[in-house]
Amino acid sequence: MRAVLMRLAGAVPTIFGVVVVTFLLTRVLPGDTATYFAGPAATAESIAQIKASLGLDQPLPVQFWRYLVALGHGDLGMSLTTGQPVLKELVTRLPASAELTLCGLFLAIGIALPLGVLAAVRQGSIIDHACRIISTAGVSLPVFFTGLLLVYVFYFVLGWAPAPLGRLDTFATPPRPLTGAFLIDSLAIGDFETFRATASQLALPAITLALFALAPIARITRASMLAVLGSEFIRTARASGLSGPKVVVTYALRNALLPVVTVLGMVFSFLLGANVLVEKVFAWPGIGSFAVEALIASDFAPVQGFVLTMAILYVLLNLGIDLLNRAIDPRARRAA
Amino acid sequence: MSATTEPAAAVAAPSPVVRQKSSTWRHIRYVLSENPVTLFAAVLFLCFAAMAIFGPAVAPYDPLASDTIRALEGPSRAHWFGTDQLGRDILSRVIVAARIDLGIAVASVALVFAAGGLAGLAAGFFGGWVDAVVGRIADTIMAFPLFVLAMGIVAALGNTIPNIVLATAIINFPLYARVARAETITRREAGFVDAARLSGHRDGVLLLTQVLPNIMPIMVVQMSLTMGYAILNAAGLSFIGLGVRPPTAEWGIMVAEGASFIVSGEWWIALFPGATLMLAVFCFNLLGDGLRDIVDPRRRT
Repeated sequence: MRAVLMRLAGAVPTIFGVVVVTFLLTRVLPGDTATYFAGPAATAESIAQIKASLGLDQPLPVQFWRYLVALGHGDLGMSLTTGQPVLKELVTRLPASAELTLCGLFLAIGIALPLGVLAAVRQGSIIDHACRIISTAGVSLPVFFTGLLLVYVFYFVLGWAPAPLGRLDTFATPPRPLTGAFLIDSLAIGDFETFRATASQLALPAITLALFALAPIARITRASMLAVLGSEFIRTARASGLSGPKVVVTYALRNALLPVVTVLGMVFSFLLGANVLVEKVFAWPGIGSFAVEALIASDFAPVQGFVLTMAILYVLLNLGIDLLNRAIDPRARRAA
Repeated sequence: MSATTEPAAAVAAPSPVVRQKSSTWRHIRYVLSENPVTLFAAVLFLCFAAMAIFGPAVAPYDPLASDTIRALEGPSRAHWFGTDQLGRDILSRVIVAARIDLGIAVASVALVFAAGGLAGLAAGFFGGWVDAVVGRIADTIMAFPLFVLAMGIVAALGNTIPNIVLATAIINFPLYARVARAETITRREAGFVDAARLSGHRDGVLLLTQVLPNIMPIMVVQMSLTMGYAILNAAGLSFIGLGVRPPTAEWGIMVAEGASFIVSGEWWIALFPGATLMLAVFCFNLLGDGLRDIVDPRRRT
């Protein structure tokens, strides 16, 4: 328990670093923020006035302190395009992004783990070759391009998928917000019609993300299973007459999982970035598309809030992965 | 493979240096013939390099000339890849775009190789506070989802191509610094470094003349492996409207422009630039894997 607390404390400097970087990003804004706010007809006087009111005439450490205080109050600034506080926008849009990313991740794990295990067990077989092709091709795929291909095939040609226009049909009513994830909310009130509609909208973007995340997971699963299968305790287990599946699943897989869980951190880094592109392709109303819209409108506060939110989420995810590692591997517990 | 042949070759040959060089060539030839995929990647790479160098000269049409009468035409004999919404020839645009896409990737990889490589080298060699500072910078960068950080950097510094290059270099920094650091640490105490130190060379000289040449092969593999990622990253940024701006021909923008036509069935606008982008990334990934097999056969997965 103490080790867990220590690990939690270890995340504090990282979060501090993230905050410093996001703060610095605003201070190197192209041109002058005050000039930007003042508009084209501004005089030198009015610019100075705005500078003072924004606190931009203060020394950097003072500005940083003000930024920290504002963050402490949950104030990420206002979005110029929507006129809403950035925090509110992010909070209302986060469930959409989270639902999409997690569905993509679970789908990827669900396919990549068995694939990697089978490829390692039947080394040199068709499955092994398929695994190698998928894991090399998968990392080469630009997500925005795979997304478009899927839309073309499954929406335009086959007509199986609905139009790539967000989380639900324009005429459908979203379920009463409970968690914000439509899949869970609709199930919670037993509304299977909405559940089906949500799932069909979610399918293509989630598959796009999964295709992207599949490759590194399958690759590392195969490599780590191969390493474990060659070790002596597996030979002993086999020699003791245990059945093949028992050896593979209970003995080998459990030991092979550690590198897989570690690689999940990297996968998350990719996924959170890919999420932005996928949201743009599928007009998904998540925080990624919000940030992209703001970027195009040169509305900087939402972008900054978005970068900070993503980074903090990512730090927390890595923390979660570490704790999961501890749960799987007793050695990690003792090493700390 | 080479480990077993080299000592024998050195004994037999009158001039070990020349002999060793030819054995490296032999090893490369061996790897290429054993692994046709790497050969394929090498050929593909040459094609892309040719496209980037001679692009505008070989493109059949002017990539910016629009011909609205022939807009949105599918692939035909006159326009192999079809035409886009302004009637521009997609094949010409795809070819011309190679220069800018590969240019961004090469520039950013060169930049991060210099910055990250030197930082890692210094961190591994000197240890102490240098190591601590480099490690902290790398950790802070790694704390962000990398594409998101690149978005933030480009948004903050301004929406220009040099900033895309810089952002792509920054997000790759930790990777290079770490590899260079780890490789340097294993060689810091090597005999040849000690020998050079005893003959009176200063640390800086040691670092550049003894350690750097020895970690170069690994770093080159790293460069090839990250080229693909750099291309993807730059194309992704321009897909969301950062960096390169229309009407410049660039694969990411072309896919973005074609995106709105996918739902109405005009697939060729997005497909050809997207497929080319994919092929370029695939090519560099295969090439990186192949180079790694040549340089460091143990790391093969």
